[in-house]
Order: sequence, then C-alpha cells, then structure tokens
Amino acid sequence: MKNISIGQYYAADSPIHRLDARTKLILAILCIVCTFICKSTFAFVALMIFGVLLVLISRIPPKVIFRAMKPIVFIMLFTALINIFWTGGEILLFEWKFIKVYAEGLYNAAFMTVRIIVLIIGSSIFLTYTTTPIALTDGTERLLSPLKKIKVPVHEFAMMMSIALRFVPTLIDEADRIMSAQKARGTDFSSGGLIKRAKALIPIIIPLFVSAFRRADELATAMECRCYHGGEGRTKLHVTHLGFSDFFALILMIAFGAALVLINIYASKYGLGYVMP
Amino acid sequence: MKEPFIRVENLSYSYGDGGNEKPKHPAVSGISLEIGEGEYLAVIGRNGSGKSTFAKLLNLILDPTDGKIYISGKDVTSPDMTDEDVYAVRRDIGMVFQNPDNQLVATVVEDDVAFGPENLGLPREELRKRVDDALAAVGMTEFAGYEPHRLSGGQKQRVAIAGIIAMLPRCIIFDESTAMLDPIGRRDTVEMMEKLNREKGITVITITHYMDEAVRADRVIVMDNGRVLADGTPKQVYSDRELILSAGLELPQCATLVDRLRTAGVNIPDGDSTTPEKCAELIASALKGGELS
Repeated sequence: MKNISIGQYYAADSPIHRLDARTKLILAILCIVCTFICKSTFAFVALMIFGVLLVLISRIPPKVIFRAMKPIVFIMLFTALINIFWTGGEILLFEWKFIKVYAEGLYNAAFMTVRIIVLIIGSSIFLTYTTTPIALTDGTERLLSPLKKIKVPVHEFAMMMSIALRFVPTLIDEADRIMSAQKARGTDFSSGGLIKRAKALIPIIIPLFVSAFRRADELATAMECRCYHGGEGRTKLHVTHLGFSDFFALILMIAFGAALVLINIYASKYGLGYVMP
Repeated sequence: MKEPFIRVENLSYSYGDGGNEKPKHPAVSGISLEIGEGEYLAVIGRNGSGKSTFAKLLNLILDPTDGKIYISGKDVTSPDMTDEDVYAVRRDIGMVFQNPDNQLVATVVEDDVAFGPENLGLPREELRKRVDDALAAVGMTEFAGYEPHRLSGGQKQRVAIAGIIAMLPRCIIFDESTAMLDPIGRRDTVEMMEKLNREKGITVITITHYMDEAVRADRVIVMDNGRVLADGTPKQVYSDRELILSAGLELPQCATLVDRLRTAGVNIPDGDSTTPEKCAELIASALKGGELS
C-alpha cells in the first residue's frame, strides 16, 4: 500500500503543469463555458482541435486520458442515441416503422459527443491530471479568499481538505491492518451474497471510525500546541505568484471563447455547415 | 533570587465528568516544583500516574483546576492572559507526542515543519530559514519533499521534532515520544533529545516509562497518583528500590542486575548502577576486590 497516489495526478513537466492552480481552476471553468458556446460545425471542429492540442501540450499519454473516459462511455452512447432518434428535422435519412433518423439528429449526436469528450479532457487536464490535490486545495482557498469578508470559512474548508488528503494513506494502512486482524479472527470477507459481504465490513468500519476519531483528537491537540488559531495572521511557506504564462494562458482561453462565438455568428449568418438551434 | 524558568505551585487538575459537581479523582494533585532553564528532566510513572496531564498543563493545553504555573516569573494561569500570551507560552514550550502520524498536519515534510512558524505569522524568508535549519538539525534535509507516509516511524518523529524546533522553543516536552517507535527510532529520538539539550541549551522534559531512557536525564521525577513521589538525580531516585517498585515501575536493567547479584551474595560496593558503563565499573571493581581478598 506504499506510494499510493491520491487523486489522478500525473507527474510530468509541461507548460500546463507549471501553471498556477488558481489559473487552472479558472481555465477549467472557461473551458466548460467554451464547450457550451459551440453551436456550429466549424466551432465543434475548433473545439476538437483544442482538445487534441490540450492533450499534446499537457504531455499526458492519450492512454491515460482514455482510461478516464471509460466510465462515461455509457453516458456518451446514451446521449448520442437519444439525439439520433429523438431529434426532429427536415432531412430524413432513414425510416423504419416508427424510427426516423434525420441528418440533424446525427449532427446533434456528434456534437454532444464532442462536447462531453472535451468537457472531460478539459476539466481533467486542468484540474486532476496536472495539479496535485494539495495545490488544488491551496488554489481554491486563495481564489475564494475574498469570500472570507462575508464570513465564509474558506481557510477552514481548505485546512479540512488538506488534512483529509494527508490522512488518506494513513487510514488506508489502518484499514489494511484492521482487515488482517479481523481475518485472523475468522471474518470472511470474500464469500456470500452482497448483503453478507456488506455486513462483513462492519467489523472494519467501526474500529476504523474509532481510531479516526482518536487521531482527530490527538491531531487537534498537536495543532494547538503548535499555536494554530485559524487562518488569521497566518503566513505561508509556499506562495505561488501569477506569472506571465498564467496571464497568457487566460488570454488565450478567452480569445478562444470569443473566436467560438464569432464562428457561431458567422456560420448562422451565412449558413455554413449545420448550426444547432 | 533569580526566577526559575518554570515554577509550579500546588498544581492540581481533575478531568471533568460532564456536569457532575463532585470532582473525580484528580489526575494531578498538588504538585510543586521548579524546572531550571537548560535542564534535562525525565518524568516517570505508571499509566494513569498523571504525568501526561502534568505535561499538558505546562503548555496550557489544559487549564489547572487549582494552583499556579509561572514561566520566567510570569503567572500563565492568571485569568487575564490574552490569546497572544497563550501562543507565546506554546511557542516557548513545544510538545512532541507519542504517535508521529497524529501530529503531522501537512502532506509534505517541509510544509509540516513550516506549520508552527506559519501560525506565528512569520515572514516568508524567515519561514524558509527556520524550516531549513530545523530539518538540518534533525538530519532530515534530504527528505524535505517527501510525503509523511513514505517515512519510517523514527523519521516521522524526527519531522515532528523539527516542527517544534522551527518555533525556536526554550523547552520541549516529549510526551512518551518513543513509545511507538522501533528500537532504532527510539535510540534516534533519545539521542536527538540529548543533542538539543546539550548543543542548543533547550530544556528537555521527557515523559517515559522506559527506565533506561530516564536514567540518561540529569534529573528524574517519579509520579504516582498525581503526586510527585521522588525528585532527584537518577542515582538518588533509583537507589530507593522500594519507592520505584511501589510506584509500579521497574528499575533500569543494570540496577536490577546489580540488585540480583547482591541478593545472590556477591559483594558489590555501593555506587551508581543506573547506566551500563557505571554498572560495568561497579562489577569490575567487585571482581578485583574478590581477587584481592
């Protein structure tokens, strides 16, 4: 159980890895906005190119990205099928009994698929793959720090997140140990039906909770001993600064969004390609 | 007269039992003692003897039910202590706990060492310097970028110590900090205590039930039932065999050896038998004496 990595961070050195976590959070949001701006064929082509470029720049093997998409293949297929069979239109391509497939439906299905793929690529590359969970927590804290003025406990949430991350490996080790201890006492985890197996987990979960509470109590005392008193007046060892590349990336992203809007307008004005209603 | 570093007067503490007016059996009752700057003090006692409670009272994690604590002459138990004053005491008197896993806060070693100084609100250059110095002091510089779960127990404990050193304390309390470590980790930690005491002049208070660790201190306090049973040099304390046994403790292995030899009829001169070296000397002199007579 050693060296388990938390989250899906993929260690590599790329321009995206080097960006500030705050920038990446904003980029992820902008990226999601961009996928929804797209309405025309050309815009979707641009979006696809954008997705491919993103993967290339991030230096994350496409294999890793595909793995992330596996769980949502079903959703993609489902959305595509619904779009194919339920979209009405003018150009009828195929008809069999009550099933009618229109060209518009095919377009919509393709667009939705591209949209979902780029959505996943964008958010996972900007957030989970290129940013460590702890950097992400820090970035969120700093991005949301203006909310402290209206008494949102931003620092406390970030501290809770980072402590949770710190204790994931510790608790996994602990669960392992408890499981071995219960196996030694004759608990059978691997046979029986679903309910029986779920019940077999109780002797693991209860000791794990008890120990987690004890750890929490000790940690709180240790933190108090080290003068912890919330986020006020606290300084930080690592403070990242927004550099030129951060602003450059943001500007590129906004420009891309603006370009998509222009493409949409142009396409619907001159009737280039298919434009979603 | 110069004020001692820490002066405790008639200190008592009872754990509350939730609304019940009648106080429970006190965990610490009526302790009075002085601890000088730069002392190396061991507090021993069986489980429930009140030694850990005593330690937690010293850095104001617990509020005493009765009695006073003076640090450098300042009454830190007075009701008009501000939060800032309390932080100042906790900065001066650091504490290292038993389970290294439960005192590391951050996901990276150097961030954890920085945790205390960060709470003090130090500027970043100062933070950097303190973290580097503290990691160097415990010999963990090369592990600065590691995650705590990749370290051994002894290494984690060294990181925890570095986290305290980085606050530049005058005193460090080790609350059974060796109890969960393997023999190597334990040896490392004890050596670290001695080094901090000798080289940096930090007052070290180690709470332990390993007698062989206690004998390395300059002064030993034996606690039982929340009271101080004995207070003196290891030699003085361990020479009173009955007292040690009545406090539910064992003599150090060397002292036990000498004791048994004496019971067996070997004529061993009186003397300090608390450390292996001194014990060996005693036995050697007994052997020589035996040859001569």
